[in-house]
Amino acid sequence: MQNLAPAQREAVLRVVAANRTRPGALIEILHGVQAELGFIPPGAVPVLAEELNLSRAEVHGVVTFYHYFRHSAPGQQTIRVCQAEACQSMGTEGLTEHVKKTLGIDFHETTPDGKFTLEPVYCLGNCACSPAVMRNEDIFGRVTPERFDELLVQWKRGE
Amino acid sequence: MSTIDLYVPRDSGALSLGAEQVAYAIGAEAKKRNIDVRVIRNGSRGMYWLEPFVEVVTPGGRVGYGPVTVKDVAGLFDAGFHTGGKHALAHGVTDEIPFLKSQQRLTFQRVGIVDPVSVQDYVANGGYQGLRVALAMKQADIVQAVLDSGLRGRGGAAFPTGIKWKTVLDQNVAQKYVTCNADEGDSGTFADRMLMEGDPLTLIEGMTIAGLAVGANQGYIYLRCEYPHAYQVLKEAIAAAYQARYLGADVMGSGRKFDLEVRLGAGAYVCGEETSMLESLEGKRGEVRVRPPLPAIKGLFGQPTVVNNVITHSSVPCILAKGAAFYRDFGVGKSRGTLPFQLAGNLKQGGLVERAFGLTLKELLYDYGGGSATGRPIRTVQVGGPLGAFIPASQFEVVAGYEELSAIGALLGHGGIVAFDDTVDMAKMARYALEFCAVESCGKCTPCRIGSTRGVEVMDRILAGVDSEHNLKLLEDLCETMLQGSLCGLGGMTPFPVTSALKHFGEDFRGRARH
Repeated sequence: MQNLAPAQREAVLRVVAANRTRPGALIEILHGVQAELGFIPPGAVPVLAEELNLSRAEVHGVVTFYHYFRHSAPGQQTIRVCQAEACQSMGTEGLTEHVKKTLGIDFHETTPDGKFTLEPVYCLGNCACSPAVMRNEDIFGRVTPERFDELLVQWKRGE
Repeated sequence: MSTIDLYVPRDSGALSLGAEQVAYAIGAEAKKRNIDVRVIRNGSRGMYWLEPFVEVVTPGGRVGYGPVTVKDVAGLFDAGFHTGGKHALAHGVTDEIPFLKSQQRLTFQRVGIVDPVSVQDYVANGGYQGLRVALAMKQADIVQAVLDSGLRGRGGAAFPTGIKWKTVLDQNVAQKYVTCNADEGDSGTFADRMLMEGDPLTLIEGMTIAGLAVGANQGYIYLRCEYPHAYQVLKEAIAAAYQARYLGADVMGSGRKFDLEVRLGAGAYVCGEETSMLESLEGKRGEVRVRPPLPAIKGLFGQPTVVNNVITHSSVPCILAKGAAFYRDFGVGKSRGTLPFQLAGNLKQGGLVERAFGLTLKELLYDYGGGSATGRPIRTVQVGGPLGAFIPASQFEVVAGYEELSAIGALLGHGGIVAFDDTVDMAKMARYALEFCAVESCGKCTPCRIGSTRGVEVMDRILAGVDSEHNLKLLEDLCETMLQGSLCGLGGMTPFPVTSALKHFGEDFRGRARH
């Protein structure tokens, strides 16, 4: 297992210190680590295990159970396209195809320039404005392929 | 000239259609024209086809304009919208809009009306009356009031809330917990999100009452991480409630303590199942627990725990404030009170309809929903999320109540209704249900973990037209195994959408061209 870079290790320890007294805080800590580093580096697992008095297997088990936790660095921006039923009823299948083709990547992949990571998501709670897309933490409703293209121009400019 | 109050929602649905930019543009345009406005960020009124829906306070009441885009803002000022002027986007007094006027909003009475993070606004609109009443009551009497109201768990299981609370109250243990399941993962549901973004103090008040009733001094809201805006609003509202001493060591000067914290999920659908949610709150893998023991006896960290959904908790303040009988007098049969129905998917007028139980699917889909968005006939609806049955148009006269839906082999769940037009391929929907279960299974029990994957394979053969009759028989057999043998509702209910699609839309499964 690769070792953590010193800056990463420092970030992990900082998050642990801020949450140590909270009961059952492992998931909160993982959220904190991912917020700082963009993902949960495999090298963070033994550090967390030792700090929290858990086995490596327990920490690894939690990290891998939840879809939201990443095991590798994401692109600069993460695009999530909802795949759930309400969005299906409004054409998310066609939209998804368009997004994949436009970005030139499949789900769980990152564009070669490192700008965008594409992920599926199962419901954003925006089911009366389907289909729904999320870019980082911003949500967009009634996204047609044309609207996606407009948005992508803005996102590429970093807006 | 006095300040003009304008409302622009911060609800994520409204934000997804540009509300943030509209709020900014209104502020900038007002400044340019030297008009003194105050832009208040409210929740959504639940009429999503009109979002972003901007409201102006006038002497005749709040009047609405929508859907407003940034491009419309200058024209709205030209038309004098800030004093209620006429405009093509004007809808008159908001409360008079038929979609809203005919609703019976009890739980959602303040959503879209108040500033969600202002305790002052909350109290001015009837907030914290329920808690005030509860503080003067004995614990058993609070539980009895909830029992008498007929309130059943709004998350989907519909278990009587008062019975759950009584079980927790009866445990003679020092440390108990109140938890709120805000892992609203069902597609087609957004009532929890709307409430948390539009009136989170109602949830906070409801949980505080639950804490008083059962003797718990710590609450946790388990929120799905797909709701970053709700997270932000909840955190602000909790901070405001602490500041105003409605939370903390001395709730409303009563000497009673109640602390509340939000914890984020991490994208696991199964954590909407209550025991899985408790595991996740403890920082573990969200694997389902074997029951008994019930969470009410051994729940979070092994202590007696109330687990209720957002809407269940949020219905309690009204029950305490207005009395159990007031709430119970709404509804039909064993479905008492009101339900916030969520109209989603392919509908012209998607949104939130809170009404007493008793109205039919047809009324919801056509009177409120206005028919399909695409203009094509509605072929089917799925009620109750990804584990709910598909209901064909021939059964749209059914009353949307717990027992009434269950009589036709469907379920109400959390009250989400997703409409599909006649272009839907029901065999593909059945495959999706199984695939979703395969992706989201926690892996603890075999029927769910393996059954869902085998189900996808069988569906792929059916879709490819390979040996259809044999594979359909196999599919039914597999569904029976999952239904009977799974540990929780995920594996146990995935067969509902599959078998209902097969039963009502067999033509989509049979006779597919062989590839």
